[in-house]
Amino acid sequence: MPVTRGFTGSRGRERPERLPPGQYDTGADWPTLTAEATPDIAPDDWTITVDGDVEQAHTWTWREAHALPGSTYFGDIHCVTTWSKLDTTFTGVSVDELLAIARPRPGAAYVMAHSSTGYTTNLPLEDVTGGKAWLAWGFDGRPLAVEHGGPVRLLVPHLYFWKSAKWITRLELMTDDRPGFWEQNGYHDRGDPWLEQRYQGDP
Amino acid sequence: MTSDPVGAVVPGAWTTGRVEEIDRIGDRLVRLRLEVAEPFDRVPGQHCVLRLRAADGYTAQRSYSIASEPEDPLLELMVECLPGGEVSGHLHDEARVGDELEVRGPIGGWFTWTGDVQAVCLTGGTGVVPVVSMLRHARRLGVTDRLRVCAVGRTLVELPYAEELLAAGAFVALTRENLGDRVAAPPYPSELEALVEGAERAYVCGSVGFASYAVRQLTELGIASDLVRVEQFGATG
Repeated sequence: MPVTRGFTGSRGRERPERLPPGQYDTGADWPTLTAEATPDIAPDDWTITVDGDVEQAHTWTWREAHALPGSTYFGDIHCVTTWSKLDTTFTGVSVDELLAIARPRPGAAYVMAHSSTGYTTNLPLEDVTGGKAWLAWGFDGRPLAVEHGGPVRLLVPHLYFWKSAKWITRLELMTDDRPGFWEQNGYHDRGDPWLEQRYQGDP
Repeated sequence: MTSDPVGAVVPGAWTTGRVEEIDRIGDRLVRLRLEVAEPFDRVPGQHCVLRLRAADGYTAQRSYSIASEPEDPLLELMVECLPGGEVSGHLHDEARVGDELEVRGPIGGWFTWTGDVQAVCLTGGTGVVPVVSMLRHARRLGVTDRLRVCAVGRTLVELPYAEELLAAGAFVALTRENLGDRVAAPPYPSELEALVEGAERAYVCGSVGFASYAVRQLTELGIASDLVRVEQFGATG
């Protein structure tokens, strides 16, 4: 590939070890990127359903979800648009807690996350199990703001952040993979920032 | 968000873009026209990724909306120069005709318009760029009546493609200076009403703050929220 005449690079060169390739530290900012109008959901109206390829489909209300053992994520998040945000704190519940009740069938290998807006994103089941994914309703000790997906968003911080569906209402277990919203629009099916899996066709 | 996107969009491989034309417009904007070594098909509203490569292999990449219409043999981008912007700063201060960059596209299949539906666009600042592609496409197809545009900018010189927008019949709302007999202000609901009437889809593009303002305006004018397609940009330099 050609060298860009005169380009030496600046900001990205100061990249600490913990930033994946091609990312920069957005500092205190938290850019918001959505493809649809922001919905207004009252916590009392919100529910989360786990269904599809499970033994026991189940729906939790806000109150019931909060009665599950709580869990906190301390760490970094990475957006495909090249910003990363370091040292975030999200509180909520581990997806493992929901799956322990719904019990994925042996053939279940993928999850489609659905938002109240109709947004979808697909993930391998193993990327949302084993302490790697949360339903998050708190950020830095406060309720998660609606523009960041409140009252509740999916949080899968080891993948690019479009996988962390805002306004989450349903996790559908699937035997076969199928592309979600951005994945149909050219984004990667897995989205590992350390492998720079930004678009379809990336390694 | 209930309608389907245009179909599976798979961006091509990285290819080379040679700068054929470059115009610096005011302090903050640079218009680039690139000849792409392996051109990709595109739909108005899509964007592409530019990657700059230093001699030691270090790279930086950013996404930019495409201003050129699909039939244009060159790829046209209008880049806003951000303070300390690693990529936009290079393009604004250093790039010149004959330079080679890396290009990948097209990206995105949601914020697209092919001329098939009656649409209204509400854009803020450089958010107008993908809509310029739509307007050029509409003119070529002879369906300019299907696309109504309100472009919001601070001043006329800061609004990309201001002359072209006015010539195409777009409604331009300036917030920091008067335009003709229109006093500086964001668009009033009464000004948007005629543009919104009969729209089967709405496109909103601009900063995060602008997008939330624009979506609220449209929904208050009776546009169902699931007809609104939003493209927001944060400052990524």
